Amino acid sequence: MTGGTSVLEKTARPDHWATAFEALLAGDAAGPEWLVQRRRAAWAEFAESGFPTTHQEAWRFTSVETIAKGTFVAPAAASVEQARLDPFLVGAEGRITAVVVNGRFDSALSQTANLPDGVVVRSLAEALRAGDPVVEGHLGRYTETSENPFARLNTAFMTDGVFVHVGRNVSLDRPIQLVYVTTGGTPTVTHPRTLVVAEPGSTAEVIETYAGLDDVAYWTNAATEVVVGEDANIATCRIQRESERAFQTAITQSSQERASIYAIVAVVLGAALSRHDIKAVLNGPGAEATLNGLSILRDRQHADHHTTIEHAQPHCNSWEYFNGIYDDRSHGVFNGRIVVRPGAQRTDSKQTNNNLLLTEDARADSQPQLEIYADDVKCTHGATLGPMDPRAVFYLRSRGLDEAAARSLLTYGFGVEILAYVTDDALREQLDEVIHARLEEGARRRGAAA
Amino acid sequence: MLQINNLHASVEGNEILRGVDLTVNAGEVHAIMGPNGSGKSTLAQILAGHPAYEVTEGSVTYEGRDLLDMDPEERARAGVFLAFQYPVEIRGITNAYFLRAAVNATRKARGLDELDTIDFLDVLDEKLKSIGWDDSFMNRPVNEGFSGGEKKRNEILQMAVLEPKLAILDETDSGLDIDALKTVAEAVNKLRRPDNATIVVTHYQRLLNYITPDFVHVLASGKIVKSGGKELALELEARGYDWVKDEAA
Repeated sequence: MTGGTSVLEKTARPDHWATAFEALLAGDAAGPEWLVQRRRAAWAEFAESGFPTTHQEAWRFTSVETIAKGTFVAPAAASVEQARLDPFLVGAEGRITAVVVNGRFDSALSQTANLPDGVVVRSLAEALRAGDPVVEGHLGRYTETSENPFARLNTAFMTDGVFVHVGRNVSLDRPIQLVYVTTGGTPTVTHPRTLVVAEPGSTAEVIETYAGLDDVAYWTNAATEVVVGEDANIATCRIQRESERAFQTAITQSSQERASIYAIVAVVLGAALSRHDIKAVLNGPGAEATLNGLSILRDRQHADHHTTIEHAQPHCNSWEYFNGIYDDRSHGVFNGRIVVRPGAQRTDSKQTNNNLLLTEDARADSQPQLEIYADDVKCTHGATLGPMDPRAVFYLRSRGLDEAAARSLLTYGFGVEILAYVTDDALREQLDEVIHARLEEGARRRGAAA
Repeated sequence: MLQINNLHASVEGNEILRGVDLTVNAGEVHAIMGPNGSGKSTLAQILAGHPAYEVTEGSVTYEGRDLLDMDPEERARAGVFLAFQYPVEIRGITNAYFLRAAVNATRKARGLDELDTIDFLDVLDEKLKSIGWDDSFMNRPVNEGFSGGEKKRNEILQMAVLEPKLAILDETDSGLDIDALKTVAEAVNKLRRPDNATIVVTHYQRLLNYITPDFVHVLASGKIVKSGGKELALELEARGYDWVKDEAA
């Protein structure tokens, strides 16, 4: 240990993490005793496993060495102008937003005044201080089954984030928008935590956006738990627009009761390196999960989506469509694991992963993993990866589009195919414009280089 | 409108067309028939500008221009349309979006204003009415999950919207049941005008019961070996292709 270095500056070394953990437990941010217990359990597991390496199967294609060896400090509190958040929000009048800046819930920037009865959207730290029993009942209960070291690290170190609670049979008519932004110059680390609890019969849409406001390097280590009660219907859209110099490690874990519906559309545009694990557990018969994703990468961006759908009960359906559009020297990874537990009969599961490589240097890795322990099930999977289909290019040219326009349209189609699953019209249109602009810029650069 | 002279073409070194001659005038419907592997589809693809085929000899003149010197998109904008034998699926892009992009590419090339979504939907609506179809697959991605018949119908719909001067139907009848065949043929007939021409490439005479050709040509081993009126198609249906090949040999 180097004398005089602050505890968080050399976070890579486990002893520094240990010191930081003890420091957290000694302060007010440690939270109530039950949370301290859960933190200790998570910490013990992290201390045991350390950061993953590419020698581990689940991390074969994604090296987190830069994160493990990096120097990240806890960010200072910061305030940002509303105008800088607007590009990441939809709607105006009466919208519901929760804004977290540098890991701290910002109540001045959040709009939670007009929540319908039975709906809670608040700072997670505040909910912990207030001793909310729903938070105690759920927080960390789902991620604790995860084998992801970053999820453990989040549980050990998280101090704030957003708590969303949708009461029994409540139906929201507008999306709940959660925005996590990072601003500032020093490489920082935050562990934003989100807990969404949808009581039986409720319906809501949650938009979860992670964005970098400055073109700097930092690390976001996020964890989200989504609890979907019986007959509840939760649609989420998760948009990752971190700085292209940033790192993001994240887990989204859902648990569903009988006849519930859960859908996520995970869009990745940002970060130099990102890894997002989605784990959906179908815990009640007749539940349905849809996991969709779109990664659009350029330069040397690397994005890894690891998904697990666990069919623990019979008569559940799951669908999964992930597309990747990879330019320059970028690298996309998709691993789709489907587990059908014994007794989960009449499972119907479909997984598709399509990857478009725009250059010879771009790379995609796709791995389906089916583990089926029941006999009356239907599981299909398919993956494609490669350059643009020349037959499709010719088809479009034969209809009057020049080659560049044909290629643009085909590339855009790869993105639109996934955006079609975004249920909020305003958000879908916003994302459509963002990806259209991004792809056009890429095409121009390639055109100029050719 | 179209003059093909002594056209030779090969793909990956194999000569497929061995001296095709054909003249098509405005207002005419030509049927090109022939056994499998005779080069019918190759001819259709070459006219549309498919990059896989190499023209080794001969010429193709379209409205006074050297067609072979034009890119596929230039041909399309000049009014050449190929209804594909195997239409390609375009993921994510709806038929309506695709058709508007195609129409606007041609309008732009001709110095016309591009149509916005609303203007385009008006045009589309009118075209659909003209051929008696509904808009049921306008908001579905192009050809994705379409049945064989729907794909072929979609080709004809594109033809209706793009208003080609020279339409080439490449085995549009293959894989169609009789009702679909009639629907497609009726639409093609409705789109016939004195100033446009159609080339129907087909293996079977069946389609020609509904689209009456002015000329029937038999393509065998890369050459047109016999030409005649519509009665030739019936004779081919009754006697097969061997006698034509024998006669030509």
